[in-house]
Parts: sequence; structure tokens; C-alpha cells
Amino acid sequence: MKDSYLGVDIGSISTKGVIIDDDNNIITSSYIWTEGNPIKAVRKLIDILKKDLPNNYQIKGIGTTGSARKLIGLLLKANIVKNEITAHAVGTLTFYPNVRTILEIGGQDSKIILIKNGIITNYAMNTLCAAGTGSFLSSQAKRLGLDVSEFGAYALKSKNPVKIAARCTVFAESDLVHKAQVGYPIEDIVAGLCKSIVLNYLNNVGKGKKIESPIIFQGGVSKNVGVIKYFKEILGEDIIVDENGHLMGAIGIAVLARKNKIGKTYSLELSNIAFDTKAIECGRCPNNCELLKIYRNNELVDSWGSKCGKY
Amino acid sequence: MHKISFPLMGDYNVPIEFLLKHAFKEEIIMPPPITSKTIELGTKYSPEFVCTPFKYTLGTMLEAIEKGADTLIQMGGGCRYGYYGEVQDQILKDLGYNVTLINLVTKGKVDIRRIVKELKETGIKYSKLKAIYYGFIAIKMVKYMDIIDDYIRENIGFEVKDGSFETLKFKMLNDFRQVKSYLELKKLYRYYLKEIQNVPIRKPDKCLKIGIIGELYTVMEPFSNYFLEKELSQNQIEIKRFTNVHYLLFEKKHKIKKYLKYSKKYIKYQMGADAADNIARTKYLCEAGYDGIIHIKSSFCTPEIGAMPIINKIASEYETPVLFFSFDANTSETGIKTRLEAFYDMLEMRKEK
Repeated sequence: MKDSYLGVDIGSISTKGVIIDDDNNIITSSYIWTEGNPIKAVRKLIDILKKDLPNNYQIKGIGTTGSARKLIGLLLKANIVKNEITAHAVGTLTFYPNVRTILEIGGQDSKIILIKNGIITNYAMNTLCAAGTGSFLSSQAKRLGLDVSEFGAYALKSKNPVKIAARCTVFAESDLVHKAQVGYPIEDIVAGLCKSIVLNYLNNVGKGKKIESPIIFQGGVSKNVGVIKYFKEILGEDIIVDENGHLMGAIGIAVLARKNKIGKTYSLELSNIAFDTKAIECGRCPNNCELLKIYRNNELVDSWGSKCGKY
Repeated sequence: MHKISFPLMGDYNVPIEFLLKHAFKEEIIMPPPITSKTIELGTKYSPEFVCTPFKYTLGTMLEAIEKGADTLIQMGGGCRYGYYGEVQDQILKDLGYNVTLINLVTKGKVDIRRIVKELKETGIKYSKLKAIYYGFIAIKMVKYMDIIDDYIRENIGFEVKDGSFETLKFKMLNDFRQVKSYLELKKLYRYYLKEIQNVPIRKPDKCLKIGIIGELYTVMEPFSNYFLEKELSQNQIEIKRFTNVHYLLFEKKHKIKKYLKYSKKYIKYQMGADAADNIARTKYLCEAGYDGIIHIKSSFCTPEIGAMPIINKIASEYETPVLFFSFDANTSETGIKTRLEAFYDMLEMRKEK
């Protein structure tokens, strides 16, 4: 039997899973939509991964990352649960030890990670606005009647991208509507949108940060060739986009799971595990904490949200 | 009989209550501890873009009025804090409450004559002699509390038995409330200092050290910074914090000149509130070999917004990472946790190499 490690990255929009071996080779991977239900998505993801995993491998470590990392960590009994910033950095450094800057744009968050000599020196994450993220792109694509996946190709056709206010989603949208109503061709609008994402990212997330090459661009939006083009144009540097860029978080957490393994062998059989959550309002003091109780096989495993520590 | 109350901040309600209880011959109403309801109330009746401490203090005032208070005390400072009293007074009047608001600081100064006149007008009975004597004890109490807090902050992450520091401190504050004379307070302080220094700790030689700087209210009121210090201490981190009430009242006046000289490469004059202090502290923390700096402020805090780019510049010169937080009434707690976790992951990775 050979050892392998599972990394799961549960984001707002998509859920990514990857199984790696001791030499960081990807044995199998999967990318599915979260659709607002991380537990269901992970059950589906594990089923897919299980089917593709050769019989001579056993799982020796499980790690979870992404916004639902804690919940899924309890479901899978993961040996490591880490934030997505660390996971992305570790994943990228495994394949690109010389990288200096990681640009990442995901479904609802975007981040920048600066690295020097293989150590993170600084990072930033978007705080207030979603103007530069994937969900904005997909909602605009829907409004224009396009598929997000063909968005990038459309943008490349344009020779003259329109100018779009990049400050805020709402203003960007009214700008877009205006440009469409006065008759600009659709590829110019799409290109303008891609450009505005880059500008917004650099203004908000990359503000005050020194972006040095080699630069890697990843996250769901890195599949959009239009955005890549404008990053190259505006930064004046070459941008590396890995074909597994969208999986980097999952790979990173799988690597961390290997480094922190505890010698246990895990099973990927989830169908016989009952996993429920129950939300209640405490009401014992004016804080009125929203408590979330988590049951695994009808046994209380954790409860979150308490300010006083009573639960 | 008047019912006097005041806004809360950290544990400083203990000395303030102590002083008021002894100096005034009136009833003192303690506002309930700050909860989500406090900030909800405060936000509801505050201008939206006012800094968050305004909302917290207005919230505690409203809760104190609910408990029956009719006289409120407010302070002032060197930024928008200087107008809190007047604006809150107007808001409370507009809401139809018949309360007197006594502002200790007007036009940036403590004018004793004006305060005495105001007290006379409202008919609040007090004793001058007692106010002076118990005022002195209250000041000493603040000083002792701050010294003990500094020690706790450095060591709480490493306690062998969870909660030993907190229980001791709770006991200490309870004893401080009952103090009758200065000598008694001093004896209690010596006793508790010894007790606290004897709490068993397991501190590694190379632990992570983080300095916390930023806007004063958010730094000092744990509820408003989402219990940041507690969160950090659970990860075996030594915490250094400069701002406390003793510093603001007595040390700031003469330290600020030293601070300006120390960081003259970066600033020439004061920028209001604690901006200049925080810039000097950043330089100090970088030079003293701290692993990281966390800068916290309430949203819309103008002096700190001005200080942030300078802090960023100093930190990048010394290659010390800084994490900036801006807290508002409805900040997402998960977002704070993710960033914090990434921050100490990063510091640990740097330390290992």
C-alpha cells in the first residue's frame, strides 16, 4: 500500500479536492460547485475522488481549507485545518519555490501574498467590496447573456476596451448598463470589465505592496484569459498561470496534512456518517449569541458562536 | 437624589465607580456590561460615519438610562472624541430623555471651575475633600491595574493551568472595589503582584512576540476589538501594548516630545490623538525585535488613517510584518479569525527559517 493525502478546499463558489502522494504528485483531483451547501458538495466530491483513487493507495492525512474549513474539518475528522492564505502559499511554493508574488482572485475574496526566500513576508485580503472577484464577473456574464468560461475569449477580441469605474460593484454595474445602452460592442464591454477587475484588485488589495516577479496568478478567475492579459499589460511583467492554479489551495493543505500526519489511516466512506447542524439563539444574556451545534453521528462534536465560552 | 452613570471601557469602571461612589453623595448606577445589544442601540442612534467608540459609549449611556440614570459623565480627547459630549447630549435630548450630561473636558481642557459650576447648577452633592483624596486613590488604582495588566499580557499565553490569571485578576478587582484607604490599596497591590508573578508559566525561549498599537478605545475595550488579545494569547504569543489610561493621563504629556524626537525621520509634528505615539511605537517595536505588529482602530478614525501609511513605511524598512484591522459595529468575526491565523502562521514560518 502506498500513502496518499487528501486536501479539500471549500470555497464560497467552488469546492476543490486533491489527493497527492509522498512526492507531491497529483493522483486525482476534482472541482465542483459548492452551490451553497458545503456538506453536500464535499460528500459528492469525496465520492468522485474515491472512484478515481487506485486501490493500492491509502489515505494517511486529511486537511481542509477555505471558508467552510472548520465544518468540513469536523466532518472528515481532518488532522489539519488551516486558513486559505497559508494553504495557497504552501501549495504554490511546492511547485514554484522561487515565486515572489501570488495574486489570487476567487469567488468572493481576493488576496495577494508576497514571498521572499520561500517565506511569506506580507499578505492582504479584500475587506469591504467584492468588485474585483469572481462572483461579480459571473453575475455580469449572466446579465450579458454569456457563459463565464467564454468571457476571456470575448475580451481578447476587443481592440478598444471601454472605461469602467472600478471602485464599487454597484457603480461598475451602472457604468456597464450605460455603456451597453449607448451601443458599445459587447466585446469592448467585456474587455473593459476584465480590465476593471485588474485595476480594482491592484488598487484595493495590492495597495502599497511591491509586486515583484516571478508572479503567479491563481484562483478561479485565473482561468479568464482576458484578466490575465490585462494583468500582464498593467504590471508590465510576465504572469505565470499554472494549469492547476485553481487547485493550489487544496494542494497546499494536502502538503500540510502530510507534514502533520499522525499515523492514522482514514477512510473515505462518508455515506454511513450522519452529519447535522442545529442553529439556536442563546438568549441568556443581551448578547444573544447565535450558536451553531454540530452533530456527527448524533453526537455533539462542537458548538460555535458563543462569546462567553459557556458552550 | 441624582443617579449618576458613565460609559464603560475595559476594566476601568472599577476605579471610576470607586471614585464616584466616595466623592458624590448620590446614587451611582453601573451600566450593564457591553454586549451586542449595547452596540446595536448605539449604532441605531448614532450618525453612520462616526467612529465606533461613539456608538459604544452612546450605547452604554442608553443602557444606563434604562436602568434609571439621570446624570451622565463623558470625557473628551484630541480628535473627534473632543465633540462626543456635545453631540451625545444633543442626541439624548432629541430622543426625549431628560438627562444632564457633565462633560469633564471641553475645548480640550479640564476646567475645574466650570465643572464645579455645572455641578452646583444641577444640584449634585459632593465632598471636595473626599473627591481629592479618593481621586488620588483612584489614580493609583489605575496605575496598579495597568502594571499588573502589562505583566499578565506578556505571560497569559503560557499559563500552565488555563484561566489562572483571569481568576486572580477578577479577585483583585473585587478587592480593589472594597478598598478604604491608600495603604490598604498598596498592600493589596503588593499581595496580588506577588501572587500573579507566582502563577506557574511555561514560556519557551523563542516565543512569538507581537505588539498591539492603535486607536485608544478599540485597543482598551476588549469587546470592541473582538477579544483580540484573548485570541492571540491562546496561540502562545507574548503581547506588548502601550496604551492604557495611566499613559494617557500622565505619561503622554512628557513622552510625546521624546517620541517625536525618536521618530523625527518620519514625522515632524503631532497628528492628533495617538497617531504620533503609534508611529514612534512602530519604530520601537521593529528595533526591539518584535516578530509582528497589529494595528487596530475603529472605522473612520481619522488620526490613525493618517498614521497608517507611515507605519507601513517604517515596517517595510525594518521588514516587520504589520496587520491592520478596522473594526466597526458589524465586522465579520470569521474574517478577523482568518487574517489573524494567517498572520501568526506567517510569523511562525519566518521564525523557523
